[in-house]
Amino acid sequence: MAVRPATEKRTRASAPTSGTKKPGKTSNPTVNYQVAEFDKDDEFKAYHDMLLIRRFEEKAGQLYGMGLIGGFCHLYIGQEAVVVGIQKALREGEDQVTTSYRDHGHMLACGMDPKGVMAELTGRQGGYSRGKGGSMHMFSREKQFFGGHGIVGAQVPIGAGLAFANKYRGNDNVSVVYFGDGAANQGQVYETFNMAQLWKLPVIFVIENNRYAMGTSVSRSSAQTDFAKRGESFNIPGEQVDGMDVRAVNAAADRAVEWARTGNGPYILEMQTYRYRGHSMSDPAKYRSKDEVQKMRDERDPIEQVRKRLVEKGWASEEDLKEIDKKVRAVVTEAADFASADAEPDPSELWTDILR
Amino acid sequence: MAIDILMPALSPTMEEGKLTKWLKKVGDDVKSGDVLAEIETDKATMEIEAVDEGKLLEILVAEGTEGVKVNAVIARVGEEGEAATGKPEAGEAPQPAAEAAPAEKTQPMAQASSTVPAAPAVKAEADPDIPAGTEFESKTVREALREAMAEEMRRDEDVFLMGEEVAEYQGAYKISQGLLDEFGARRVIDTPITEHGFAGIGVGAAFAGLKPIVEFMTFNFAMQAIDQIINSAAKTLYMSGGQMGCPIVFRGPNGAAARVGAQHSQDYAAWYGMIPGLKVVMPYSAADAKGLLKAAIRDPNPVIFLENEVLYGHHFEVPKLDDYVLPIGKARIHKAGKDVTIVSFGMGMSYAIKAADELAGLGIDAEVIDLRTIRPMDIETVVNSVKKTGRCVTVEEGWPQGSVGSEIAYQIQANVFDYLDAPVARITGKDVPMPYAANLEKLALPNVGEVIEAVRAVTYR
Ligand SMILES: Cc1ncc(C[n+]2csc(CCOP(=O)(O)OP(=O)(O)O)c2C)c(N)n1
Ligand SMILES: [Mg+2]
Repeated sequence: MAVRPATEKRTRASAPTSGTKKPGKTSNPTVNYQVAEFDKDDEFKAYHDMLLIRRFEEKAGQLYGMGLIGGFCHLYIGQEAVVVGIQKALREGEDQVTTSYRDHGHMLACGMDPKGVMAELTGRQGGYSRGKGGSMHMFSREKQFFGGHGIVGAQVPIGAGLAFANKYRGNDNVSVVYFGDGAANQGQVYETFNMAQLWKLPVIFVIENNRYAMGTSVSRSSAQTDFAKRGESFNIPGEQVDGMDVRAVNAAADRAVEWARTGNGPYILEMQTYRYRGHSMSDPAKYRSKDEVQKMRDERDPIEQVRKRLVEKGWASEEDLKEIDKKVRAVVTEAADFASADAEPDPSELWTDILR
Repeated sequence: MAIDILMPALSPTMEEGKLTKWLKKVGDDVKSGDVLAEIETDKATMEIEAVDEGKLLEILVAEGTEGVKVNAVIARVGEEGEAATGKPEAGEAPQPAAEAAPAEKTQPMAQASSTVPAAPAVKAEADPDIPAGTEFESKTVREALREAMAEEMRRDEDVFLMGEEVAEYQGAYKISQGLLDEFGARRVIDTPITEHGFAGIGVGAAFAGLKPIVEFMTFNFAMQAIDQIINSAAKTLYMSGGQMGCPIVFRGPNGAAARVGAQHSQDYAAWYGMIPGLKVVMPYSAADAKGLLKAAIRDPNPVIFLENEVLYGHHFEVPKLDDYVLPIGKARIHKAGKDVTIVSFGMGMSYAIKAADELAGLGIDAEVIDLRTIRPMDIETVVNSVKKTGRCVTVEEGWPQGSVGSEIAYQIQANVFDYLDAPVARITGKDVPMPYAANLEKLALPNVGEVIEAVRAVTYR
């Protein structure tokens, strides 16, 4: 993937291009706005993949309201560019992905079947965990997606453990582990950073900084709010990235993946992003203003950015875009129908899968 | 006076070793710190240093000797001219050479523990009498808990609350609503998501004499902090010989909520109930929640206070008293009866109570005991009831193996075996991680029907 400075005004940071052995800057607090060059196909695919996540999440929100989804349900709306931009830099089914409970988007980006994901949300037998895991706990060995973790921060050492296995086996797969700004304060994260660098594990730590951990803003929870610096004392390179621009995400991911895949050890990417919805379905989100959310939606929306470029470059007509939207909606509706009509797991499932 | 040099124990498991080499010979001057000899254990070769000064008077174990027992006399050091006896001096206690050896007698360790003194019996006080004419008001468990904290914070400046989202967000489950407004950010403290860290900070503050209330957003997340709770909070009083109390309350919702899956649905009553040095409280009603939380905050010990998200919104009658404090460690007879004893606590009480209602319709008069405190456990109340009924069913949401019910069954057979007319029955959560699917979750939890079935089985009806 070639990297070039964006034509837009935001071209502040200077990270080396992929292929070099130098990581991006760690000490410079400026956000890395350098973007990957997307051709027409790249833009179309990014648009489609992000839209799929958005529509899927909107539908999940609806099904929750209808009582078809229970418990906690954490929507990814607003953050779509992060998983889509990073996934583009990965080898699907070989590189591992691990994340928190806010996981639906990650699974779709990994190529998991929307029907299976939605049916897990409704707790049906056709769900990825046969209804036994729920929204926060889904896995796919085929797609090398290792969950779906409900305990804040717990996925971080697990992601490094997957990287350990890669190194142990001598393959060149990398492991990507996503976690939030809130999770970034957990102790086990720093234990993991130390070992990952000590043992040069091929792991990419993606900190999805969506500015809030439930109701706590980053500045109220964190003494160091520049998350790219969180690996500094371990000499882990880090970058702050515009997580609302899928091209910037992808460029940074290319650098990080190259770094890890070629044996240089871990890499930290702080993705500056935003969640539009509450923390979970039961969060009234009174800790931020409606204006703040609206401004993000209006000015930085990751999908809208791609849509605009597609139209401006003359690569897509409004008709083409409507067509994509229609296709995506059909996929999501099919998933929702399946997830509502599918049977609950057989009662005998209560006692299976405890040991093998 | 000559001093015996003994074969030292150089590891916790060493019983004997080989004396490989003497580095001093008889007649040599010995200064403290001089290496006298080398010995070989099963793990390593070590040097024996002299602690005492004088002349090496005699060597009693030749180099190359194998199987030299720990504490055997291997040499003697003393003033010139002192007699070499070839035997340890009568009446002198053995002193390992490698340790600074006071001349006085020391107590051989194994003897002190040859008989174990009986554990002291704990007897809880009865609930305070509620004065005649006291008004009652309907309150939720949530309100009761909030009032308990507010009253204790007004009463004692050393009490403070910390945890995730307790202040500005007004509590993830709104237990701490309004407390920030009343007590300010010094005493109502939002923490980052760092359970192990802030639990430990709470313990340190408690060592210093403050009285922290540490809220876990749910007890599932206290597993991140369990080392500080058990190794630091629970054990330090003992390890410090009584110097370092830890007056802290760890509280938050425990057990299953609804459809939140395996990592968020777990009952820790039995886990914490096992730990000496903790008190463990698990109330069901709002009145008990209030009276026991106030007691927990005043208690000079670490108290685990297990709440339940489902119960937070339930209403109960709470006495209108200025200072309603209940004794920790006292069970409450929720309903008297003569045919069977049902023992439960926390959320389990809701199954027990409904079952007792339905059983009444079947002509079975159940006595329902709310344990309220898991540790110290009020076995006396349970046992007295079983003496009357001859039958017992325990109800809890936790897993069966090592459950609270298992302990109750043990205590009953140990104390009132002769009174039993049937084996004790135990209703628990199923022995599986909590499934998410609605139908499976229902099956995994205990239910009223299971309690009724168990009662019918033990009453043969
Ligand atoms: C160990 C632990 N503590 C607390 C929680 C409750 N909790 C769930 S999500 C969350 C906020 C996490 O925020 P962040 O890491 O920023 O991720 P985001 O939700 O923003 O994606 C909290 C406190 C938990 N699940 N696990
Ligand atoms: Mg966040």
